[in-house]
Parts: sequence; C-alpha cells; structure tokens
Amino acid sequence: MLAYTIRRLAGSIPTILVLIVASFFLMRLAPGGPFTSERPLPPEVLANIEARYGLDQPLWKQLWDYLLNIILRFDFGPSLVFKDRDVSDIISQGLPITLTYGLLTFVVATVVGVSLGVYAAMHHNTWVDYLAVSLGIFAQSLPNFIMGPVLILIFTLWLGWLPGGGWNGGQWPYLIMPVIALSTSYIGSITRITRSAMLEVLNSNYVRTARAKGLSERSIIWRHTLKPTLLPVVSYLGPVFVYVVTGSVFVDIYFSTGGLGQYFVSAALTRDYSVLLGITILYGVLTVIVNLLTDLAYAWLDPKIRL
Amino acid sequence: MVYVMHSTRKIANPVMSVFTIENLRVTFDTTDGVVEAVKDISLNVAEGECLGIVGESGSGKSQTFLAALGLLAVNGSASGSVRLCGQEILNASRIDLNQLRGNDVGMIFQDPLTALTPHLRIGQQMAEVLKAHRGMSNRQSRQLCLAWLDRVRIPDAAARLKQYPHELSGGMRQRVMIAMAMLCEPKLLIADEPTTALDVTVQADILDLMSEMQHQHGTAIALVTHDMGVVARLCDRVQVMRSGECVERGSVEQIFAASQNAYTRSLLEAMPRLDSELNRSSFKAGAAKQVLDVQDIKIDFAVKSSGGLFARRTLLRAVDGVSFDLHEGETLGIVGESGCGKSTLARAVLQLLKTTSGNVAWLGTNLQQLDKQALKAARRDMQIVFQDPFASLDPRMTIADSIAEPLRTYRSELSRREIRQCVGDMMQRVGLEPQLINRYPHELSGGQNQRVGIARAMINRPRMIVCDEAVSALDVSVQAQIMDLLKDLQAEYGLSMLFISHDLSVVGEMSDRIMVIYMGRVVELGRSEVICQHPGHPYTQALISAVPIPDPRVERNRERIRLAGELPSAIDPDSAFRFLPSRLSAKVIGDPPQLQQVGEGHFVAEHDPVDSLLA
Repeated sequence: MLAYTIRRLAGSIPTILVLIVASFFLMRLAPGGPFTSERPLPPEVLANIEARYGLDQPLWKQLWDYLLNIILRFDFGPSLVFKDRDVSDIISQGLPITLTYGLLTFVVATVVGVSLGVYAAMHHNTWVDYLAVSLGIFAQSLPNFIMGPVLILIFTLWLGWLPGGGWNGGQWPYLIMPVIALSTSYIGSITRITRSAMLEVLNSNYVRTARAKGLSERSIIWRHTLKPTLLPVVSYLGPVFVYVVTGSVFVDIYFSTGGLGQYFVSAALTRDYSVLLGITILYGVLTVIVNLLTDLAYAWLDPKIRL
Repeated sequence: MVYVMHSTRKIANPVMSVFTIENLRVTFDTTDGVVEAVKDISLNVAEGECLGIVGESGSGKSQTFLAALGLLAVNGSASGSVRLCGQEILNASRIDLNQLRGNDVGMIFQDPLTALTPHLRIGQQMAEVLKAHRGMSNRQSRQLCLAWLDRVRIPDAAARLKQYPHELSGGMRQRVMIAMAMLCEPKLLIADEPTTALDVTVQADILDLMSEMQHQHGTAIALVTHDMGVVARLCDRVQVMRSGECVERGSVEQIFAASQNAYTRSLLEAMPRLDSELNRSSFKAGAAKQVLDVQDIKIDFAVKSSGGLFARRTLLRAVDGVSFDLHEGETLGIVGESGCGKSTLARAVLQLLKTTSGNVAWLGTNLQQLDKQALKAARRDMQIVFQDPFASLDPRMTIADSIAEPLRTYRSELSRREIRQCVGDMMQRVGLEPQLINRYPHELSGGQNQRVGIARAMINRPRMIVCDEAVSALDVSVQAQIMDLLKDLQAEYGLSMLFISHDLSVVGEMSDRIMVIYMGRVVELGRSEVICQHPGHPYTQALISAVPIPDPRVERNRERIRLAGELPSAIDPDSAFRFLPSRLSAKVIGDPPQLQQVGEGHFVAEHDPVDSLLA
C-alpha cells in the first residue's frame, strides 16, 4: 500500500504540471488584463507597472520564472490586484477559514446523511423511510443560496440567536449557519445514495447467511452491511470533499467569513493571474490527494480491491 | 410460543422427528397481487436422516425452508406449523429465532461466493457464530474453528482463517460454509442447492462431506436440489415438489425404481446418464468431410501482479497447444472443469479472441489470415449459442429483432416481409409460439430465451455451431428439450457442432467424440462411448467417477476415483506435469506431456501409472 501511494503521488506530478501550464495559458488567452480599466492608463505608466510584475517578458519566460519560484521557494508571487499582498498570504489567511467550515460541513453531511440513509433502509417501506426519502429530496433540491438568506432571516433577524456574519476566529456561533447552509443539499444526496445501497446489501445472499447464523440485527448492520453500503457513498464523497474544503463563494459572501471562495471568484473577474493560478493549483493538489484517499478507502472497504 | 402443544406431540411420535412442517403456505404480496409460492406442504426429517426436496426452479422448494426459519423477504408471509424438536417456530419472534438459527439449525446456500460476507475474514465470520450462541471470545473459539476446518478437509486451516472469501476457490468456500453451519453441532442442516455452482469433482467431495456429517454426527439433513443424481447419492427419502405442491414422496429406492407420478418419472427420464447404453454414436468420421482443423492453438493472457513500486505482468496460458478437427455433421464435445480454458478455446476458434500462436482452418482457409470483410463472410457459417440466454440477448430488442439481426447483416436483399416470414418459420422450428414475436427477453423463461438464442444462431443455416454451456443454466426438463432440439436441427441441417460443457453426462449424450481438457491442455480425445466407458487418463477417470448417476443402487455401489493433491495454479508452469510427477522430479521438463494413440481414434496424454496418482 505504501508502494502504491508513492506510485500514485509520483504519477500525479505531471498532472499538476499540465494543470499549471494549461491554466496559465488559458488565463492569458482571455481578453483584458489585471490593469485594464475603464479609463486607460497612460502607456508609460502601464509599461512601468507591467515591468514591475514581469508582464513585459515573453510568455514562456513568465511561465518558467513562475514554475521556478514555486519549486525553489514555494512562492506563488504577489497579487496583481491587492496591493502589497502575496498569493501565499491570501491562501494562508483564507484557507484555514474554509478548511474549518468545510471540514465541519463534510463531517456533518456524511454522518447525518449516512445515518439517515441506513435508518431509512432498515425501516424500508414504513413511514420513517418515506419521511427520510421526502426530506432527502427536499434538502437536495434546496439551493444553498436560498438556505443562506433564509437562515439569516430566521436566526439573526427574527430570533436574534446567532450572529449574522463574520468569522471571529471560528467560534461556534459563527460556524453554525455556514455549516447548515452548505451541508443541507449534501445531506439529501448522501441519504438517498446510502439508502439505496443499503437496501441492495440487505437483500444480498450474505445478509441472508448472517441471519441464518442467528446474529443479532445490530451485528448484521454494523459488521456485515455497513462497509459494502459505504462503497458507492465514498465515490460520491470524494468530489464533495474537494468542493466543500475549498470553500464556497456564497458562504463567504452571505456570512462574510473571509474564506478562499470569494477570492477565487474576484480574482477571475479582475484577471488577478497569480491569485487565480495559486488557488487553481491548490484545487488541483487537493483533488489529486482526495482521489488517492478515495481509492485507499475503497481498498479498505472491499478487500477484493488490491492496490 | 406454544410449549404445551409440542410436549404431547413429542410423545405421540415414535420416531424422533427433528424437524416437522405441517400444512405450510407461503404467499408473497407483489404488485401483481398475492402470489402463492408454497401451497400446503408437509414434511418431516428424522434424526440422522437425509430428506431430499426435489423440484425445478419456481417449485417453492427454497421458500419452504426460508419461510420455516423466518428468512422470507419482507413481502412474504407464511402460515401453518413448523416444529423443531417439537417446538413451534413458525413466525416466532426474531429473538427466539436467533437462538435457533445457527445453533440448532445450520444452513448452507447455493452460491458460496455471494453467501459469505466479502469484507470479513473467514475466521471472523466463523467466530461470530460461536460468540452469538456460546458467548465465546475470539481466542476460545479459534481452536474450535480450526478443528472444524480440519474436519471439512481444508488444508492449512490456520492460514485460511485470515483469508477473505474471494481468496478461496468455490469448493473451499462451500467447505467453509459447511464448517460454519456445523460449528454449534446443529440437529438439522438445511442445504439449499449446495453443489449446484460447483464442478463435479468438487461436488462429489462436498456430498461426501455432508454424508459424513449425517453419519458421524447424527445430523438430520434437508437437501434442497434440482439434481436427481445428487439425490441418488445422498438421500434416504425424497419429496418431489412442483409449483408449490408436493407431488410425490417416498424412500429413495421407491422413487427411483417405481415412481407412481408422471412428473417424477419425467424428471428422471430427463436426466442424461453417463452409463446409458443409448449414448452410442452412429457417426462415422471416415466418410464425412473435414470442416474445421485446429492446430496447436496457444492463448496467453497478461495478468497484473501487484507488489513493488512498478507493476509487473505475468503471462497466463489459458490454452496450451490444443489441436483437433471436426467433420461435417459431427458433434465434438469439449469437457473440462471451470477455468480449464474450454470457453476461451471456443472463442478463439470463432476468432472472437486473438490467438497467441497456432492455426484455425475453416474449410481449408486459415481464418487468422482473413481481413475483416472476409472474416465477416466466413462467420455466416459459424455461429455460437451462449450459456446465459438472458444475458446474451439485447434487453432492449424484441426477440424477433434479435433473431432477425443475422438476416439483416448477411442477407440485406431480403424485404421486410421476407424477414418476418423467415423469423416466423424459425421461431416455429425451435418451438417458440408465434404470439411471442414482440416480447422482450425479460418477459420469457430461461428455456424460451435459449430457444431464441438458438433461432438467432440458426437463422442463416450455418454449417457449424458452437454451444458454449448452452444448456447448463436450464432446469433438467428444459435441458432435455433443448438438447433434443439441437440434435433435431443438426440432423436436419447437417450441422457440425462443438458442444462445450462442464457436465460430462450432457456431453456424453450429445457428442460423437469427446475431448477432455485440463488446465488448457487436451488430456484425452476419443469416441464418446469409449471416453465414458473406458477412459484412459486418470483425470477423465476421476471426472467420470464424480458424476452422480441418478440411480441409487448403481450410485451407492460405485467406487470414487480421487486424485491426490489440490488443483495447481494456472500460472505455475509445472501445472502441465500434474499427471507426470515422475518427469517433474526427474527434471526432464523439456516437452509437455504429448497425446499418444491407444486405440482407433483414441488419444490419451502421457501420464504416470494411474495408481500412483490417486488419493
């Protein structure tokens, strides 16, 4: 398994390189630049600024310098829009925030979704099951940009229980609403996937064998059905993980959390090349790692999969 | 539970009945209304007795026992009476049933791969039985588990405890199932088609094992099966079921020798028999023209082996130097156990698979040298019928469309009306009623679907047909009908046939010549009656002695020929010398064993003296 992990990580280096090069050129292909504005700058001022950020160099030279800086110094360069801020600054400030509410969201969505799904499958075709399925569909179809304002309306404006926004070092009152808003639709999907996987497993021959052995229902559920049930869930959880831990624009905007999501969107709009590339690389690396973790989880859940 | 009732009944019963079912009815609530799967079944199994419940698929034989132990699907319900040692257990609470299941009653099921939990080690699955019923810790139960694995003759039992089900062969898995069911020394063992998914030699071992449990431990056995041969070998009494009802019951001698019921008799007659004198082939190879000539075919597959930083590939030789020919109107049976390469060989003959080396010549033309167009033209003469009739038909096409497809491919000049006419005629010929024309495969039975497969293969009147386990998935009575149909069509069209099966009695009945394959190599080739009556190779002898004969008098007096040792791995290059250990130990392993002619058209691969190879 160690050999497999090393092989996979080594194999992902070219992937990341291709990602960097492709996004580098794609960004330059888009019309406009970081210093285009409604009122054009005088040409000598523009040339001056571009020379300062190295934008007057040929593209291949810019790419080469960029790559060298990352590899040698782990330096993603200065932001082109936010004055006096490095990309590394922005990431190191925003990432802990998104990681906190993202990880929490992931854990809440998984635990609640899987439990609801298992419970519904155990009570197949009873009112518990129907309720769980309807709630799941409802949650799944609820866009999170609606959940945000509704939560603020209820808990901040009407009830006055929770602060309407801000981060404040990630104290729990500031975390509750972002996590609920972000996890709701995932809870819905995870419940549905878990339920149908569990139903299939409960109808399998080996569960019949387990019953014929006289095992208690609790031991059948925990020992014999949970792992195979999680297989399809895990393949869904991988992409969800990347998505939630890299933050969400709407959470950052509605709840003013200051996470990475908002930077990504604003950087794209203002052609802040270095910030955009930095965050893209972060996404890429996270995706590679999560894919590896997903495959390792598969191998743990199903001994037939050998790495 | 009704404790008072059972005690009086116990006294009333002179022979101690372990398990009694009275007037059991099982119904299922489906979207099409209530379906009655079991109608008024009564049976009993006495201590140390083996009762056979025989019936074809859908007869309700499995549901009878699942219902008795409260294992029905959620939409099923049961009424009547089921007593275990006099105690009423039908529809008992889950807690009460859990005290019996696995403790007083052990169950083994048909498919040992899906019946064991894939992600739990053998040891864990066995230990949890003892934990549930005896309250034993893992350490306490380990000795008992090891002892039982030894008793079911699993080699290297301690290592097996740490393995997962998929790491064991089918036979090993079924032994584990038996050991697990026997852990608490149950009074009753319910075996639901325990050997149906297994090779014959493995089946014979499993049946021996069950008979040992019955006689040494006094376990009562209820054996649910469709196979009369298995019944003849193991059972004391038989009960025949059909569509949820019992049509006949009696001792095994009565049922086999003097059955009073037409359905039972038809079941017995439908069973192909290896020792039947009717199997004599009238085919004279000398007179007919040779159509297919296969020379020294070898097929390799690359298998990935894990470990290390870099993945390695090893070659697995699935078919290793097979040569044979086929004449016009002749049937060559190809027989061998699972994984021996018989299906791979068939696919290579039809060029559905690339051969590594060797020649396949059809009517004198080498098929491997043909281009795509020419190969397509040649394929018109060579068709195949597959094992699983349902899976080999396109589920989105009506059966008429499936049957018509070869016509559209090869005879595009036909009008739509002519095609419909052709399909209609062919359907009638294979015994499909004309009103089925617009049905889809899922709306038909297995037998009907296999008729569709045959019609599809036959519609262009090919000159050769390959039947790859074409009757293996069917009930015996349907199997007999399909075999008759194939024989009729062969006589009518002058077809040559490659008939591939793991079932020697079926192959014996169908074939003029038989080729026996073991691990990718031909070990024996000869006329059908010679192979069945006077086999020369030890492997053929073991195979034939393992096939149960549906006659208890014959079956119980036969001597089993058992080969020593386990099946070698196909990747092991020494496996070719399985029957020539003397040459292997002498390190003269240049040439693999060659076929030697021992009689007219009878070839046997070189082997050491038979006695030295037997267990």
